Amino acid sequence: MPVEPQGDGRVRISPPLTDDDVRSLEAGTVVLVRGVVYGARDAAHKRMIEDLDAGRDLPFDPAGQIVYYVGPTPERPGNVIGSAGPTTASRMDRWTPTLLERGLKGIIGKGGRGPAVRQELKRHTAVYMAALGGGGALSALTVRSQRVIAYEDLGTEAIRAIEMDDFPAWVVNDAAGRDFYAETIRPWRRNDLLPDDLHLEEAAGKAIEERGFLGGG
Amino acid sequence: MSEVREVPTDQLAAVVRELCMEICYRVPPEMVELMKRAREREESPLGRQILDQLLKNQDIAAEGEYPYCQDTGYTVVFLDIGQDVHVTGGDLYDAIDRGVAEGYTDGYLRGSIVRDPLFDRKNTGDNTPAFVHTRIVPGDQVRIQIDAKGAGSENMGRHAMLKPADGLEGVKHFVLKAVAESGPNACPPGIIGVGVGGNFEMSAVLAKRALMRKVGQPSPDPLYAELEAELYEKCNALGLGPEALGGTQTVLAVHVEGMPTHIASLPVAVNIECHAHRTGVRTI
Repeated sequence: MPVEPQGDGRVRISPPLTDDDVRSLEAGTVVLVRGVVYGARDAAHKRMIEDLDAGRDLPFDPAGQIVYYVGPTPERPGNVIGSAGPTTASRMDRWTPTLLERGLKGIIGKGGRGPAVRQELKRHTAVYMAALGGGGALSALTVRSQRVIAYEDLGTEAIRAIEMDDFPAWVVNDAAGRDFYAETIRPWRRNDLLPDDLHLEEAAGKAIEERGFLGGG
Repeated sequence: MSEVREVPTDQLAAVVRELCMEICYRVPPEMVELMKRAREREESPLGRQILDQLLKNQDIAAEGEYPYCQDTGYTVVFLDIGQDVHVTGGDLYDAIDRGVAEGYTDGYLRGSIVRDPLFDRKNTGDNTPAFVHTRIVPGDQVRIQIDAKGAGSENMGRHAMLKPADGLEGVKHFVLKAVAESGPNACPPGIIGVGVGGNFEMSAVLAKRALMRKVGQPSPDPLYAELEAELYEKCNALGLGPEALGGTQTVLAVHVEGMPTHIASLPVAVNIECHAHRTGVRTI
């Protein structure tokens, strides 16, 4: 089963995912990812798009799959993987629509996405999830295996097939267009202590939604 | 006349190597305490769960000598060299890079530096070169402080040349806006380093130096200490919370450093450090 509710509010997901699978995942849901996902970050995305532009195939077929934005540390002998937490997703915004057009159904990273990507997620029925930022040692515990499948010369930025065993993440942008960051921050903002332009009112974290987040890691 | 003390570059390289590894596995004890305090203070249940996970991550990293975060940062080095020290055995900065290269290779840490920002984004592989700030100080010792600084938080840094008329309120507003906009990208809860005054570049370096202060220790200047306390409260009023999924603990500490500036200027820089505050000091 690609989507299995765990009875405690959490949902196990195993790619490949269908549109119906994706539609069942709502913003805020904790997912446990099981199975193979594709690790790729900045340099790998740039090269994938260059490959497509040059008429070459992608190193893997994104249809139904999940991409994880990760650049792990080198593994010690005997370990499956080094530290392997998520990197900032918005840096991939420029390249994400191309993969969504080719059927990519899930993305794991950290931080928010820009308005264009959020719109494309909705249009292509795909979901963006955030994992624990800066918790790379803990993240590594749920990785069962990994192997580089393309762009080996990119080192930490090579494309990897990563087999996960209940790797946890939150659904941030669901296929219905909701944004979990905007929703969760709003009730905690103390407008009474802050300058006017930093107030969050009825418009569900409008200031944040419009700007998106840009960053690194 | 004071004696000249010889310090061989090999000794400096060895200290840098050791520090690079140690800090990437273990955050300073005061950082652990501040994270535990945040766990006690956090009002959001989700925020508390996240802090529990991050505390668990701290333990796994320290016990297994596993990097706390896969972004093992760029290496920034603050070097205070006593004026009675004679560095022997080759180029000082080569020695620092040697220490970084060995530390990152032997410690299974990620090299995250590319050769050129525009024309050759090829990974150097061993995290060199380090970014080094050197000061000549009285005495015959060498103090080395290293920070392994992640780019997620670094990229959320902000700098502005405010007008003197913007004053204290302008600076506060600028800091709050920077923290609000950093959102989840800076991996909260973190430390906010603020540099005010000097000129364009000094304010940025000052913000970084503010992060190098023992975390949570207030400024010795009561006016700055008061500003830090107010900004701490207001940054937490932003409600980002742990991982920016909502909550009362957005920052662990705010450190502000000031210095003299031009009559026409009010430079301000905000440098954000994530919860993976990996820093260490040695004195030779």
